[in-house]
Amino acid sequence: MKRHLLSAADLSRDDAELVLTTAAELRELADRPIKKLPALRGRTVVNLFFEDSTRTRISFEAAAKRLSADVINFAAKGSSLSKGESLKDTALTLEAMGADAVVVRHGASGAPHRLAHSGWVRSSVVNAGDGTHEHPTQALLDAFTMSRHLGAGKSGQSLDGRRVAIVGDVLHSRVARSNALLLHTLGAEVTLVAPPTLLPVGVETWPVETSYDLDGVIPKADAVMMLRVQRERMNGGFFPTAREYSRRYGLDGRRMATLQDHTIVMHPGPMVRGMEITADVADSDRSVIVEQVTNGVAVRMAVLYLLLGGSEPAVGGEE
Amino acid sequence: MPAHPHDTPSPGERVVLDERDISRALTRISHEILERNKGAADLVLLGIPSRGVPLARRIAERIAAVEGYDVPFGSLDVTMYRDDLRMKPARALLPTEIPPGGIDGRTVVLVDDVLFSGRTIRAALDALNDIGRPRAVQLAVLVDRGHRELPIRADFVGKNLPTSLVERVMVTLTGIDDTDAVTISATASEGGLA
Repeated sequence: MKRHLLSAADLSRDDAELVLTTAAELRELADRPIKKLPALRGRTVVNLFFEDSTRTRISFEAAAKRLSADVINFAAKGSSLSKGESLKDTALTLEAMGADAVVVRHGASGAPHRLAHSGWVRSSVVNAGDGTHEHPTQALLDAFTMSRHLGAGKSGQSLDGRRVAIVGDVLHSRVARSNALLLHTLGAEVTLVAPPTLLPVGVETWPVETSYDLDGVIPKADAVMMLRVQRERMNGGFFPTAREYSRRYGLDGRRMATLQDHTIVMHPGPMVRGMEITADVADSDRSVIVEQVTNGVAVRMAVLYLLLGGSEPAVGGEE
Repeated sequence: MPAHPHDTPSPGERVVLDERDISRALTRISHEILERNKGAADLVLLGIPSRGVPLARRIAERIAAVEGYDVPFGSLDVTMYRDDLRMKPARALLPTEIPPGGIDGRTVVLVDDVLFSGRTIRAALDALNDIGRPRAVQLAVLVDRGHRELPIRADFVGKNLPTSLVERVMVTLTGIDDTDAVTISATASEGGLA
């Protein structure tokens, strides 16, 4: 039985489209006087965050509350236990509290997978970002945002043949990996643009193109997604200077002028203005960065509803 | 949910309303709504997806033809308010479109194809509660097949259709299906509501 959302690869095209159409209905809720639905009344969602996060945790919390679930925020930061023990002990605590879903963010890649498959908990596990591995709900909200601006087809959701450039620190980015997998599932053509030092080993097995030349890629793109340079994960020298990185891989006003008229600029946040993106681009009409945050709540509502709303989940990976 | 392929009625199936019957029933319901409410002012028609929505649209068209007034109409999905939500896998949501004027202080006429247990309508009343406060709520259905499980009744009924619990009532409407028809079949074979 499908119970968890651990990787964007867990989602078939039908699953992904169901999440997007459900999110489209749930987004209308934001315009209503009472922003609440009863679907998860009596269910408990635990936000288990081992790593700092502002928007993802708040977004999941808002999503669960709008569906009438009870929300417990569990910040595990500062625990002195080693990671394996800590995760297990925490999981056993959650199980004792009767959590129906655990939304987990962890600095170690694979931690949500461990939690889901260890037998420690019976609840659904939703990966809210694990190390440099995956962040599937971010990919879903990015795809949702793209489909609202670029979508075609009978449901208005199709991204078939759309070109998406994902630019920057791909190596440390869980967002890039999840987006590459999901956008490929949805029929889009993804190009990763990064200096050779910031492309992960094995990227040739991903369903994407790669390029080192930003100026050659973005004039053809329908969406340009800028990634944050994750200096907190960098121990070595991946590029000579910040200034050189910005000149070669940053999106500034000059590069923005080469985009097609309909092309949107995205960023998963948090942004480092002046590094990967300049302020005039981030604040321009093309930028959908604030809308991405709004859409995040609707997409996470859709995921929680489809996993917990019925007798069994409607989307997600195999047990 | 399975589609409603109804070009070739199989044995044991009986057409109880054909295209013209449905048209006449809707015309009568439209007039009854106008009579009861002394005109169309302040009315809002909300169809319950999927087949309540084209019915609401058709009633709105008839009212417009009689009164020369465009009644606001929309749709109201009740999926998340159903009392059997936890008994099946999570279902896809259907569109909710509330007309721009909202429902506060207006008379809402809910429109559905078949009235059976009454549980869908209970869910719809709960859903309305989260959207606004109508002055009154009325219910129009194409077919009332009986077997109520809740204290709910329709204000406007196209046809009262006495059925047994094992029978199955199916409504097809152009726009969603190929034909306009209400059929009744002896067995509750395939899945499907109604």
